[in-house]
Amino acid sequence: MAAISREEVAHLARLSRLAVTDQELDRFAGQLDVILQSVARVGEVAADDIPPTSHSVPLVNVLREDVIVPGLTRDEALSGAPDSAEDRFRVPQILADEE
Amino acid sequence: MSDLIKLSAVALGEKLAAKEVSAEEVTRVHLDRIGEVDGRVHAFLHVDTEGALSAAREIDSRRAAGEKLGPLAGVPIAIKDVIATKGVPTTCASKILEGWRPPYDATIMTRIREAGLVMLGKTNMDEFAMGSSTEYSAYGPTYNPWDLSRIPGGSGGGSAAALAAYEAPLAIGTDTGGSIRQPGAVTGTVGAKPTYGGTSRYGLVAFSSSLDTPGPCARTVLDAALLHEVIAGHDPRDSTSIAQPAPDVVAAARLGASGDLTGVRVGVVKEFGTDGVEPGVTAAFRDAVETLTKLGAEVVEVSCPHFQYALPAYYLIAPSECSSNLARFDSVRFGLRVGDDGNRSLEEVMSLTREAGFGDEVKRRIIIGTYALSSGYYDAYYGQAQKVRTLISRDFTSAFEQVDVLVSATTPFTAFELGARTSDPYQMYLADLYTIPTNLYGGPAISVPIGLSEGLPVGLQVMAPTMADDRMYRIAAAVESVVGTFTPPAL
Amino acid sequence: MSTSVLPTYDEVISRYEPVIGLETHVELGTATKMFCGCPTVFGAEPNTQVCPVCLGLPGSLPVANKAAIEATIRIGLALNCSIATWCRFARKNYFYPDMPKNFQISQYDEPLCTDGYLDVEVNGETVRIGIERVHLEEDTGKTLHVGGATGRIHGATESLVDYNRAGIPLVEIVTKPVPGIGAMAPEVAKAYVAELRDVIRTLGVSDVRMEQGSMRCDVNTSLNRPGEEWGTRTETKNVNSLRSVERAVRSEMLRQASVLDAGGTITQETRHFHEDTGDTTSGRSKETATDYRYFPEPDLAPLAPDPQWVERLKAALPELPRVHRARLRTEWNLSELDMQSILNAGAVELIEQTVAAGASPEAARKWWLGELSRRANAEGVELESVGATPAQVAQLQTLVDGGKLTDKLARQVLEGVLAGEGDPEAIMAARGLEVVSDTGALTAAIDEAIAAHPDVAEKIRGGNQAAAGVLIGAVMKTTKGAADAKTVRELVLARLAG
Repeated sequence: MAAISREEVAHLARLSRLAVTDQELDRFAGQLDVILQSVARVGEVAADDIPPTSHSVPLVNVLREDVIVPGLTRDEALSGAPDSAEDRFRVPQILADEE
Repeated sequence: MSDLIKLSAVALGEKLAAKEVSAEEVTRVHLDRIGEVDGRVHAFLHVDTEGALSAAREIDSRRAAGEKLGPLAGVPIAIKDVIATKGVPTTCASKILEGWRPPYDATIMTRIREAGLVMLGKTNMDEFAMGSSTEYSAYGPTYNPWDLSRIPGGSGGGSAAALAAYEAPLAIGTDTGGSIRQPGAVTGTVGAKPTYGGTSRYGLVAFSSSLDTPGPCARTVLDAALLHEVIAGHDPRDSTSIAQPAPDVVAAARLGASGDLTGVRVGVVKEFGTDGVEPGVTAAFRDAVETLTKLGAEVVEVSCPHFQYALPAYYLIAPSECSSNLARFDSVRFGLRVGDDGNRSLEEVMSLTREAGFGDEVKRRIIIGTYALSSGYYDAYYGQAQKVRTLISRDFTSAFEQVDVLVSATTPFTAFELGARTSDPYQMYLADLYTIPTNLYGGPAISVPIGLSEGLPVGLQVMAPTMADDRMYRIAAAVESVVGTFTPPAL
Repeated sequence: MSTSVLPTYDEVISRYEPVIGLETHVELGTATKMFCGCPTVFGAEPNTQVCPVCLGLPGSLPVANKAAIEATIRIGLALNCSIATWCRFARKNYFYPDMPKNFQISQYDEPLCTDGYLDVEVNGETVRIGIERVHLEEDTGKTLHVGGATGRIHGATESLVDYNRAGIPLVEIVTKPVPGIGAMAPEVAKAYVAELRDVIRTLGVSDVRMEQGSMRCDVNTSLNRPGEEWGTRTETKNVNSLRSVERAVRSEMLRQASVLDAGGTITQETRHFHEDTGDTTSGRSKETATDYRYFPEPDLAPLAPDPQWVERLKAALPELPRVHRARLRTEWNLSELDMQSILNAGAVELIEQTVAAGASPEAARKWWLGELSRRANAEGVELESVGATPAQVAQLQTLVDGGKLTDKLARQVLEGVLAGEGDPEAIMAARGLEVVSDTGALTAAIDEAIAAHPDVAEKIRGGNQAAAGVLIGAVMKTTKGAADAKTVRELVLARLAG
């Protein structure tokens, strides 16, 4: 039986960068529990020997030639930016280390 | 209300070609209609008046100069707001993309423009295509023209409602779990999901990458087929795009209109029982099956034992893919940014932005998806769902050895009232019970109106093998030739 | 945190066995990015080589670059790997502003190449480095951290992002752990990176310039007491040169030993290498390893390289560095030890090009392993960046061979070359350094010297040839060193003989 606790929901929200409120946590935890219990039904199917589908269309080797194609101008690239400076996208202080 | 707005795209196209009417006039009457009714229907999120008139005038100039144009040149079209339209707001009905004007056009938009179709505007939808009623739009719901207290279906309720309200003769939708077909069914219009990969996803804001399929919406089967032809075909910018040429759906629709289905084998899925299905829907479906028989088809029952797992598998696969696809909405390059007051870190700004910018259903699915992909849970959830998907595909393959197409009611209920299913997300998911299986398989399916139940439209779903889109158009056209089209009460 | 007293390297080796592993990222030199047709030119104006795909705009989709796949397979073949017959790309999900989609398209449990090896020479021994995998992924954009003191992320108040680099094809090469190398661990690490770099350069798939970032190394180090299981390893990043590779391993071995000696435990973490101090510092230590929630990339079709095509690529591989060096060693008639010295100095190609430009192998070796290596070490740069080209070195030697320059004068000309004054011939002329071989002018200088030192001249006439040194010195001074001392000596003695 799948069950998801409020703490787990809070953890998952953090992982997905969602600053959920306490009320949302209360609401979501119950709803998600119902959903997860129903989707867990997939576990009833004996599928050990079955290969997973990742592509319903059986294509392989879809490639392109190493040839330049015109892209966006800098202005177009920055056109949607909430904040920019010196021709770059500007973001506030980053806490995490680079990978 | 001008009679022009009641015409099919085919009829409009003929009048335009014969120069009986100009593209500009056709566009104007539709803009007028939008002005007249959309305050109550709310099918549109953005009406591009200037863009539409400008495009229409250009069609008129080119025609006046003697240029030979396609059969749909000058016909207006509404575009679901999940498709990137250059310079025109594309919000996916979300706050996080409020006002975003893409610097590029989706491939299908390019083809639509090249065919001379005139874009009237962008239609309402469930936020990021997640939903079955358009109630999850961050900009307010769309109202079903058949009964304004009811939902028009989802996620593509805006496109379907625009058709039913005669605001446009053609529309584009996208179908991931039924988002074209189910709105078609509850609004009495035609909605087709092509074979996955048959229409380019380049420019379609991704919800579930292995399932999303752009498709045509119209009031008649032939109209849908003509639009299908415009947008289908290989796109080198989409690695999942099918290389082979699209099947001749227009010829199939014309053939089907003759009403002869002799020799066609039709399967009814045994496992799609009557539990939880509205009696009126069941009755309309039975009538439809009888109609098929009268047209010469041989109807048999086929078993698809894994279809009962389609809904759970879908609600693991789609959220998983969407949790990853929606990670890009992070306040950095486009869209909303909240909380950047100089004292907060990027991580905080990102989290506050996504919290403020995404609605509840989107958040729920992101959380489910993150869970299903997590180390330790992957095998039991996402991994297992993809295996179940293989079994469902095998059910289809084996069914199609016995029959040419499968049929079902498109959705278990007619248009429900606004608010009826929003307190329990899972109740909302049940609307997709019959549409989801073919998304997992990748096959084409169409919903065609077959009747009314207590005054509300019911749709028949026809499912065909992958790459056999023409087959479903033939059957749908044949049914339509008997039952006709359905007009809602005047707005 | 105060530094504890570190043990000596010998002490560390006497007590512990190191195990190393290396992860190298190589930026391919394809004309376009991995998943879109944007150009990859280095140093372009910010955000001018971007498109919806590499910016991760909503609705964009990736399409894989054929040349990048071919290059990766060739790297795998050169490293003796097995090439997958079917594999997929995967999404690696995490949030960071330099990654437009907040996931990186990479490969997870289905890499393109697996299970190979690379042999390297260290101190006359051949060490076989196992290659675990070679896979393909996309590079990230570049972030400028503003407002902090050092331009690094800590202390910065904001950051500016340029996506020109985002999406450039990146090949990741991961070694199997390398145990059993004992004290040689730092040198083995360096030799591996140097050899790998040479292999990739020979294939022509990347310019592999560590200082430009087209080749990046992370080094893993662990220590264990003899007979025990391998210890906890740490990962060291920001290792930007061959020298740094060696220093980073050494430094981390000392640090870990000092912790273990004191009874402590090693934290599994990522550390940052500092060029200036040669030390490593701790990055943000993560409580739990990041869960990247990998799943197969649904937007890309699987790769199924045609086995016949792979065979053709294998047959067409160029002569790899090891074989190439063996051939050169024979041509240049050198011992293995001598060849190793050349390899260690990073001078193989330089000497080869100098020979091609006309110098003898001996002369080329003399310059590159002598004066130029000294200079490179002093300035802390790679030999190839020291400031002289093979053509210039060859020209210099030609001048010496032709008698126009003495060794001493040649060294002065070389100073000029390294200072950027131009080619040897031009410098020789500009500085007036040509050997004075005109006997007439020399005779005049000699007579002058004899006249200035009559007592010395007497001594020489008396048979004390050693005294000639004073006169030679005087002549050299007069001619500002532009005379050949040997010739002067002969002339002086001849002058005073008769």
